[in-house]
Amino acid sequence: MTAAMKIKNLGCANCAAKMERKINALPGVKAARVNFLTQKLTLEAEEASMDSLCRQAAAIISSIEPDAVLLQKTR
Amino acid sequence: MKTLTKRIVRIPLALALLVLGILLSHNKALSISLMMLSYFIAGADVLWYAVQGILRGQVFDENFLMSLATVGAIIIGEYPEAVAVMVFYQTGEMFQDYAVDKSRRSIAQAMDLRPDTANLLHQDGSTSVVDPEDLAVGDLILVRPGEKIPLDGVVQSGESQLDTAALTGEALPRSVRTGDEALSGCVNLTGVLTIKVSKPFDQSTVSRILEMVENATDKKSKQEAFITRFSAVYTPAVVILALLLAFVPPLLIPGAVLSDWVYRALNFLVVSCPCALVISIPLAFFGGIGGASRLGILTKGSNYLEMLAKADTFVFDKTGTLTQGRFSISEVQAVMLSKEVLIDMAAQAEIHSLHPIAAAIREAAQTPLDPVRTAEVREMPGGGVLAVVDGKQVLVGNARLMESHGIAVPRQEQRGTLSLVAIDGQYAGSIQVEDRVKPCAKEALRRLKAQGVKSLVMLTGDSPQSAEPIAKELGIDVLHAGLLPQDKVIKLEALLEQPNRRGSLVFAGDGVNDAPVLARADVGFAMGALGSDAAIEAADIVIMNDDPCKMAAALTIARRTVSIAKQNAVFAISVKVLVLILSTLGLSTLWMAVFADVGVAFLAILNAMRGLKVPQDQLACAAKNP
Repeated sequence: MTAAMKIKNLGCANCAAKMERKINALPGVKAARVNFLTQKLTLEAEEASMDSLCRQAAAIISSIEPDAVLLQKTR
Repeated sequence: MKTLTKRIVRIPLALALLVLGILLSHNKALSISLMMLSYFIAGADVLWYAVQGILRGQVFDENFLMSLATVGAIIIGEYPEAVAVMVFYQTGEMFQDYAVDKSRRSIAQAMDLRPDTANLLHQDGSTSVVDPEDLAVGDLILVRPGEKIPLDGVVQSGESQLDTAALTGEALPRSVRTGDEALSGCVNLTGVLTIKVSKPFDQSTVSRILEMVENATDKKSKQEAFITRFSAVYTPAVVILALLLAFVPPLLIPGAVLSDWVYRALNFLVVSCPCALVISIPLAFFGGIGGASRLGILTKGSNYLEMLAKADTFVFDKTGTLTQGRFSISEVQAVMLSKEVLIDMAAQAEIHSLHPIAAAIREAAQTPLDPVRTAEVREMPGGGVLAVVDGKQVLVGNARLMESHGIAVPRQEQRGTLSLVAIDGQYAGSIQVEDRVKPCAKEALRRLKAQGVKSLVMLTGDSPQSAEPIAKELGIDVLHAGLLPQDKVIKLEALLEQPNRRGSLVFAGDGVNDAPVLARADVGFAMGALGSDAAIEAADIVIMNDDPCKMAAALTIARRTVSIAKQNAVFAISVKVLVLILSTLGLSTLWMAVFADVGVAFLAILNAMRGLKVPQDQLACAAKNP
C-alpha cells in the first residue's frame, strides 16, 4: 500500500533529499519519496509494516531536521 | 525552520551592529564585541541547529557547514567576514524561503479550482451552505451564477453556460441543460442550476486533477535524480578537500601561513552546501507543470515532461485526435429495402456500441430505438457488430467482416468510412459516414514540425483510401491505415524498436480504446479527456479539451522547462566550481563564497518561476483558425 503524509516545517531541499535516501534504505520500504515542494512523504510498503515504518520515517525526519514533523496519514 | 518574521528583525539589527563594529575599528575591544553580538543575533539558531546536528550525528548539513566556516573565520581573526557570511547566509535563506513559498503558492493558485462551499438543497426548497466533502452521491445542490460547481453531477433543472477555462484552458463556454453532466471546477455563468451529485468530492474531477498535478513532482525527472546523487557526493568531497587545503599546503610549501590556507578552506565550506542545486531543478519542473495546467494540459510527472522535451516522433490515432471523432452520414445505399429501414436495422444492431460510427448511425435513425428488439449482440473488435434484430441476424461492419462471413459485396467508390450491412446473410446496403478534420489539426502539426519533430505518423483503422486524403491534407509523414486495435500496439512497438531512434516517441489518442498504446509509448497524450476517467487513467499527459494545438504547446513548455532546469544546474555548478578554483588560488573572499551559495539559489528559484508563465502565442489556435 501507499501512504501519503504531510511534513511540517520541512525547511531545506537537501535535507529532504537526505531523508528520502535514508527512508528508502529502511528494510521493508518499497519506495519512498520526500517531496520538498509539496512537503509530503509518500511511502510504499506492505500494510503490515506500515505503522512501524512510519514511526521510523518520523524519527529519521526529525533527526535530520529537528523542527520538521511528520504528520499522520492524510489518507 | 526559522520563521520569516524573526529574521526580518534580526538581520537588519545584526547588519547595523556589524557596520557599527567596522566603523569603530579603532577601538578594538568594542569593535569585536559589537561584531560578536551581531554574529550571535544573526546566527544563534544556526549554531544551535549545528550543535543539535552533531549530537544526532548529522554533519554535512548546512547549519553545521556555516557554523564551521564562520567559527573558523573568527578563530583566524576575520571577524567582519565571519559576521557578514552569517548575515548574508541568513538573508539568502530568508529570500529563498520566501521565493519557494511564493512559487508554491502561485502554482497552487494556478490550479485554484477547489470550491470551498456547496449549497445543499433541502426537500422543502431551502438551502444550507456545507463543506463539499460532506456531500454524498444523490444529494441535490444549487449552483448560482458566478459560483463554482463543487462536485461532479447531473443537471436536474435549469439551463446555463459553464466556463470550463480552469479545467481546459478553453475560452468558449459550454452550455448545459437538464440531463447534461456538470463537472466540478467549472464556473456557472448565466443561470441557476440544480445538480444531483454523481460523485463524492474526492472522486470528482476537481479533486482528481488537483491530486494528479500536485503529485506530478513525486515522479522525479532524470535531471533531479542526477542532481541529488551529485550533491550526495559533492558536499563530503568539498569538505574533505577543504580539510586537505587547510592543513596540507602549510606543511609542504615553505613559508606558507596556516591562517591563509585555513581562510581558503573556509571558502570551500561555504560553497559546499548543495541546496541551490537540489531545489532549482524540481522547482523548474514544478513551474512547468503548473504553467501547463493553466492551459488545461495536465502532466502526471516531471519525468514525462522531460521525455516529451526529447520527442522526435509523434504518433497520432486519427479518430478523435486529429479528426473530430463525430461522424455524420454522408450517403446511404440500400438494396431491396428502404434507406430508412436499413438505417433503423443497423442502428438497432449497434444500439450498445461505443464506436463513434455507431453513434452516428443511431443519430440518423428516425424511429426511436428500442433495446427489446435487439438480442445476442456480439462486438467484433475493429470489425463491427453482429446482432439479432427483430429475429433477423444483422451484421454491420467493414468489408473484412463481410468477407469473413462469406457475404458478397458489390464494389463501390468510397470517400469516408463505409459501414456495410448484411441481413440474414444477404448484403443489404451500405452507410457511408465521414469524420471531419479538426479545424486546428493542421496548424498543430505544423507547429510540431516547426519545433523540430522529425516524423509525424498516423494510425487508423480506416481504409487507406479514406485515410490517405486526410493524411495528405494534414502533412502526415507516415500513414498506417486499416489497422485493428491490436495492430496499433504492434505498429507502435515497431516504431519504438527502430534501431536509429534517438528522441522519444509520443503517442496521442483519445483514450477511448487505445489505452495499451498510450501505455507503451514513451509519452502518452490523451486528448479531450475532460469527463473521461479512462483517458485520464491511461495517459501520461492529459489534454482536457480536444484542441490538438495543445500538444504543440505542451512540447514548447516541456522544452522550456528542461532548458530552465539545465540552466539552473549549469549555472549553480559552474559558479560553485569557479569559487572553489578561485579560493584554492587565494583569489576568493568569503563574501564571494556566500554569494555563490545563497545568491545562486535565489537566482535559480527566480529562473525556475519563469516556467509558470504561459506562453501567450501558444494559446489555443481554435480562435485564429475557425
